[in-house]
Amino acid sequence: MTAPSLDAEALYAELLAGVRRLLPSGGVLVGVWSGGAWLAERLHADLGLPGACGVISSSLHRDDYARRGLAAGKAPTRLPFAVDGAHIVLVDDVLHTGRTVRAVINELYDFGRPASVALAVLVDRGGRELPIEPGCAAARIALPPNQALSLAREPSGGFSLAVEPRR
Amino acid sequence: MLSRRNPQLNAHGELIHLLSVEGLPRAVVEHILDTAATFLSVNEREVKKLPLLRGKSVFNLFFENSTRTRTTFEIAANRLGADVINLDIARSSTAKGESLLDTVANLSAMHADLFVVRHADSGAPYLIAQHCAPQVHVVNAGDGRHAHPTQGLLDAYTIRHYKGDFTRLRVAIVGDILHSRVARSDIHALTTLGVPEIRAVGPRTLVPGDLAAMGVRVCHDLAEGLRGADVVIMLRLQNERMGGALLPSAGEFYKHWGLTEARLALAAPDCIVMHPGPINRGVEIDSAVADGAHSVILPQVGFGIAVRMAVMSIIAGNEA
Repeated sequence: MTAPSLDAEALYAELLAGVRRLLPSGGVLVGVWSGGAWLAERLHADLGLPGACGVISSSLHRDDYARRGLAAGKAPTRLPFAVDGAHIVLVDDVLHTGRTVRAVINELYDFGRPASVALAVLVDRGGRELPIEPGCAAARIALPPNQALSLAREPSGGFSLAVEPRR
Repeated sequence: MLSRRNPQLNAHGELIHLLSVEGLPRAVVEHILDTAATFLSVNEREVKKLPLLRGKSVFNLFFENSTRTRTTFEIAANRLGADVINLDIARSSTAKGESLLDTVANLSAMHADLFVVRHADSGAPYLIAQHCAPQVHVVNAGDGRHAHPTQGLLDAYTIRHYKGDFTRLRVAIVGDILHSRVARSDIHALTTLGVPEIRAVGPRTLVPGDLAAMGVRVCHDLAEGLRGADVVIMLRLQNERMGGALLPSAGEFYKHWGLTEARLALAAPDCIVMHPGPINRGVEIDSAVADGAHSVILPQVGFGIAVRMAVMSIIAGNEA
């Protein structure tokens, strides 16, 4: 199967429009480290939101710890707002099985009880293993399970998407 | 064929036991410190509990007295969601003559996943690691005079927290180095992390002669040892480990080797003062220094919890 060519910048524009519709008034953006965090950072600036956006890591609540061990050198979760009562939009680059989002929601709950949590993703590649759906996705594609999709951020700040063999 | 691999690492070079900092690759040590940094932020949260060791049993086997180290291991294991069982050795079957390996075999039959072991004999944790089942992990909480690796790691973490770059530091370890497994683990950790100058400072009777081979500078004069030091690690007089008459008295020790404010002034102006604890006020260290602005003795305790969480979560996630 040939890899689809994806214009990350064009998809970002779609995502921005989708998040603008999805974000409740007073809501906050939280990006899933690392690709989601890059997206959230740019969305936060482009939407002119106050304060800083949050960054969240899935490492401490992953369900594959027994198989993969603890991942090295990931950025810790940083949420510069009170989670209790917050309307949160999680941002991630690629949605696949849904396990990362499940882990991230568990991580959120270590900080408090949010009023609502919505999900915005750049690419939904299907293959869900848990009942998790995004509120908006800039693209929906199908990829074989032996391939991974990864977001890169250029030094200029521009985004690009690449298909790689899965490790 | 005899394996030359470090028994603490599996075939992929991942940590499965922590017996000594000696021989651990720098990347493994740095991974532990990086992981500890993440757990430090967890200890600031409302919900200080993670699911990483949920359903696992951590057995504290303390054949030597300790409240502090055992308590921090217990807190660390609890925060990772593990079940902690404290084995009260004095009242246990060891007193009835059961061998160490029989004790361990019996506990393994109760599905212990991780043993935290403190023992008066150097090498006891290594023996246990050699004989326990493949999915069981061992953490050395101090064996004889040999090693106290989690203390060495938490001391390295403390130094990294306050000083950042290891490669420009002068570190002075002061006091009863001969009997100190902490000093040995500190030296291994700091040389692995690239500290260019480590000084072992103490009276001739309390400093082993062959430290130069470990890359350490020996000083038998406190002023010389402290001069310009960025980090001062004070050690406790290990009275319970001292057999012969190595010192006239504790008062004599304080007169020549006690860390007073005047002596501390010889060190770098922004130096930090560390101590593994418990401190003997007025013996190796003055209250004014222990409670003063340079002292990071209390923060070390919090770092110790994070480092022990890091060690246990890393090893429990790796297969033999």
